[in-house]
Amino acid sequence: MRGRGLGDRLLHVYTWLIIVWLSSPIAVMILFGFNDKKSKSNTTWQGFTLKWYGQLFDISDLTVALRNSLVIALVSTLITVVIGTMLGLAIGRYRFRGQGVTNFLVFAAISTPELVMGASLLSLFVSGNVPRDANTIIVSHVLFSLSFVVVTVRARVIVLDPALEEAAKDLGATSWGTFRQVTLPSILPGVLAGAMLSFALSIDDYVVTSFVNGSTVTFPLWIVGSVKTGIPPQVNVMGTLIFGIGVLIAIATSVTARRRA
Amino acid sequence: MRRLTPYLLALPSWMWLGIFLVVPMAAMASVSLQTGNAIDGFAMTFSFSNYTDALGRYSPQLLRSLLYGGLATGAMLVIGYPVAYWIAFKGGARKSMYLFLLLLPFFVSFVLRTISWGFLLADDGVLFGPLKSWGVLPAGFHVLATTFAVVGGLTYNFLPFMILPIYVALERVDPRVIEAAYDLYASRTAAFRRVVLPLSLPGVFAGVLMTFVPATADPVNAQILGGTSNTMIGNIIQTQYLTNLDYPTASALSFTLMAVLLVGIFIYAKALGTENVLEAAAR
Repeated sequence: MRGRGLGDRLLHVYTWLIIVWLSSPIAVMILFGFNDKKSKSNTTWQGFTLKWYGQLFDISDLTVALRNSLVIALVSTLITVVIGTMLGLAIGRYRFRGQGVTNFLVFAAISTPELVMGASLLSLFVSGNVPRDANTIIVSHVLFSLSFVVVTVRARVIVLDPALEEAAKDLGATSWGTFRQVTLPSILPGVLAGAMLSFALSIDDYVVTSFVNGSTVTFPLWIVGSVKTGIPPQVNVMGTLIFGIGVLIAIATSVTARRRA
Repeated sequence: MRRLTPYLLALPSWMWLGIFLVVPMAAMASVSLQTGNAIDGFAMTFSFSNYTDALGRYSPQLLRSLLYGGLATGAMLVIGYPVAYWIAFKGGARKSMYLFLLLLPFFVSFVLRTISWGFLLADDGVLFGPLKSWGVLPAGFHVLATTFAVVGGLTYNFLPFMILPIYVALERVDPRVIEAAYDLYASRTAAFRRVVLPLSLPGVFAGVLMTFVPATADPVNAQILGGTSNTMIGNIIQTQYLTNLDYPTASALSFTLMAVLLVGIFIYAKALGTENVLEAAAR
């Protein structure tokens, strides 16, 4: 605690080493998206090129998989945000029967291992003869994202002063008007955080999806499927672009949040 | 109408959680007691022997998963605690920058991160290739397809989930409490062991919970980094479900895995004291 001792300096260096360790696979992924590889495998550096960026969509299966992932992430996020926000409001604002069970289910959905969740969903679909396709993937993505939206929204609802809503009603606003003009704007940061989280979880998911996909292939499934034959550089490029967009959104969000505060 | 509002708000989620979380668990319990095959169909026979058969065949993989999950969790705790400590107490104005850097890997897909990691560790890859050609490492040296690669991959992938809760707990420690320890002539070690460490235990508890369960049940690291001799229970469940279409065995294994994890969490919670559990759960 006193001064900057040797121990503190060592820990400082150590923290940076861990950060470098965590980031190194990403650096390699980005770098090999620029590799001018001649052989089949993309494992040794053979010179700089931008051609994979130009040929980004040349592998049609991969492009379809990426598009599937984006559509599934969008649709499941939309559903999750709507029903998750509703439940977040219910839990954060009201006392009602079954609240304990509801809290338990929200917690259970977060803590069930992905593998068990995927396996149990497949058991349901097999027992009910439900064909597996994009719809079953969306259903399962909503399931594992839902709790995260509920939790982030609830956190905003708890700190929201009910007097504001009362005031809006006193001034003649309808219930819907109050919600749209008072409640929603104040819980919006929680809703948006939940939306980003569920989009990220959906586009990233491999384990649950591998159980319920049927013949629909998503981006992570395609990548795992092509490990044996070698990952084409286009995957590196797509990973790099998703990484870049994600980081930009995160930085933009934190900057606007800081401006507002 | 007003009294109905919370129920109407909760209804869609109730239905979703009920139909797709609770009912599937019941379906899985039912399937785990059935016999039959994928072509003729399965029938309920209450054959509890599915469990003993499955365990008889796959207990090595189950034990290996618990061992790997435990080793990775231990490694994460040892590696992650000092990082959380330094950022919480010495990060200063740059705390959020350090946290952001630690979370950077999460902007890349889990699967892609694991593959990149395997790519770094490849026998003749960017790391070992040059070292081997310079003669620093013997030609037969390899890391992929070893226990070390799988446990290392799990440690790598879940480390931020260990660091964050510990950081949150440490961040809340009032520096004046530590100053007080020094004023009372505590050495640095004593101040850490008797003041800082106990105050950070809820974070450690949450971190272990957030990493042990997913690490133990993860099939991806073993599949990509582990080769053939490091198969974990997740890989078996996936193969039985998706390739062999042996749904009863796969269901029985999934249930056993979940039961083992639940019992483990329970014992762990008991050992650490219930207050810590409640405190950790309250966050």
